[in-house]
Amino acid sequence: MLKEKHQKEIDDIISRYPVRRSALLPLLYLAQREQGYVTEAAMKEIAQILKLTPPQVYETITFYTMLNLKPVGKFHIQVCKSLMCALVGSDQLVGWFHAKLSIKPGETTPDKLFTLSVVECLGACGTGPMMQINDDYYERLTEQKVDQILADLKKTGTCSLKSGPFMWPEPVGGKK
Amino acid sequence: MPKHELILLKNMMQPGYTGSLKDYEKTGGYQALKKVVGKVQPADVTQLVMKSGLRGRGGAGFPTGVKWNFLPKDYKGPKYLCCNADESEPGTFKDRQLMERDPHQVLEGIAIAAYAIGAESSYIYIRGEFVLGAHILDKAVAEARQAGYLGKNVLGSGVTIDVWVHRGAGAYICGEETALLESLEGKRGLPRVKPPFPATHGLYNKPTVVNNVETLANLPHIVNRGPEWFAAIGSAPKSTGTRIFCVSGHVKHPGNYEVPMGITLRELIFEHAGGMRSDKKLKAIIPGGASAPFLTEQHLDVKLDFESVAQAGSMLGSGGVTVMEEGTSMVWAALRLMEFFFHESCGKCSPCREGSSWLTQTVRRILAKRGRMEDLETLKQLCQNIAGRTVCAFGDAEVAPIMSTLQYWRHEYEELIREAEAHREKELPMAAARH
Repeated sequence: MLKEKHQKEIDDIISRYPVRRSALLPLLYLAQREQGYVTEAAMKEIAQILKLTPPQVYETITFYTMLNLKPVGKFHIQVCKSLMCALVGSDQLVGWFHAKLSIKPGETTPDKLFTLSVVECLGACGTGPMMQINDDYYERLTEQKVDQILADLKKTGTCSLKSGPFMWPEPVGGKK
Repeated sequence: MPKHELILLKNMMQPGYTGSLKDYEKTGGYQALKKVVGKVQPADVTQLVMKSGLRGRGGAGFPTGVKWNFLPKDYKGPKYLCCNADESEPGTFKDRQLMERDPHQVLEGIAIAAYAIGAESSYIYIRGEFVLGAHILDKAVAEARQAGYLGKNVLGSGVTIDVWVHRGAGAYICGEETALLESLEGKRGLPRVKPPFPATHGLYNKPTVVNNVETLANLPHIVNRGPEWFAAIGSAPKSTGTRIFCVSGHVKHPGNYEVPMGITLRELIFEHAGGMRSDKKLKAIIPGGASAPFLTEQHLDVKLDFESVAQAGSMLGSGGVTVMEEGTSMVWAALRLMEFFFHESCGKCSPCREGSSWLTQTVRRILAKRGRMEDLETLKQLCQNIAGRTVCAFGDAEVAPIMSTLQYWRHEYEELIREAEAHREKELPMAAARH
């Protein structure tokens, strides 16, 4: 399945490492990109490709928080709750989502659009409160921004408020 | 505006600078690599870096040249360089900026380091959440390869320097260098027992150097302008060069500020970061990321260099400076950090795995006004039984917030407990009878 569809990409990934097992995380990402989470079938197939046993694949997945073993919503909202973001209002941010989407951390909306997670430090402490939705960072959040983000995601699947190449504070005289 | 010359952030401060290869070359990019590859002996590059006094910017502050020098000299097999871009120390967000805004500066540093240690393959281990960063680096690697700065025959010298970007998948511990290597090998990121050190038994059991992004980004400048120039910046002799301090928390202008090491916390917070965000007074400072013990407003005149911060009882760590204002509960702050450490403990060593859970539960209970006075002694004992008794430094890090808040703000814990005791006597007459 993965192999048929992505043979070239898989070969390219494996060629980067002298030991096959190193390709495990990249291949798991590939599987997750396909289906939103890592399925049992994908685990078995990856084990076969890398000449590992399925438990070796499984034990690795369970160590890493970014690999999902269960389906998540189309948009996975991950709010940073570590101290630096908490100092500038991350708990409030979680509250806004609770009010707007009626879901608590760990839950998915009935239409399977949004899953809310509360996570530890995402490395954007100077621009909190912040969150990650799928691959994108959203920083310096306010309630208005959250409204816009949710509306845009529902409508177009993306939002212009997502962060570009990071720099803070921004250079004087040149907002890009 | 900065009174000091910027080194690492200089390019990206120019209006319109995109970080592309063209832009980087215009600012003199890859001149340092041209100077050394095939022209200077690798061992001499190492000597140069040693002379500059450059120390690791990831947290431990180990002298970079010395680390390279630990590699076995006559080793014939493959050696590896890993760029530690797993920036996940709460309070730290400098590497993301270096990678996303000026990726070639990092790549040139990697190429110089790889040449110095003789590594044909280098891996950039970037934290999984930095999807954009990984994408930008991937693109930059392709550009540099196309231009002959990386690849099989770098600048026609016959030297091979291959670089690949490898994404982590959300585990703080993978910033610890041996856990990073385990993770890169496709395993759970559990730190290894040291010795043997990565210098002899690293990635795939081969000699390996792991350096932080900011450390590597300094290398082109050291080569171009000489180690004496670099050593003259900062707080000689042991803290040379600049640091990018990441200021977060209750300040007016949080963000990354590159300054020479040795300026005071007061200068950083009040001159660069604009001071406190409101008229509330400063209460607490974490000077070097979540692993560093808290300091108080008494420490505002401490110099930001490795030795001075250590002398004040904390550590310079990763350069993440978090500021908290009057009114912030220190028990709450300690709990937030403790929850982080509990979540991120890899589970390999019992003192850390069990201890982080106990510490979290105990502080949570105190904050919820269900604590007892003897809990404070329990906390202290737990901390003493974790620090120094684990395979990696995570154990020492996780006790820092508790130990330091207990040291400076013990009364906040005691007040919560006294409230708890008043409640308990009302709720449970038996508890009162015990006294």
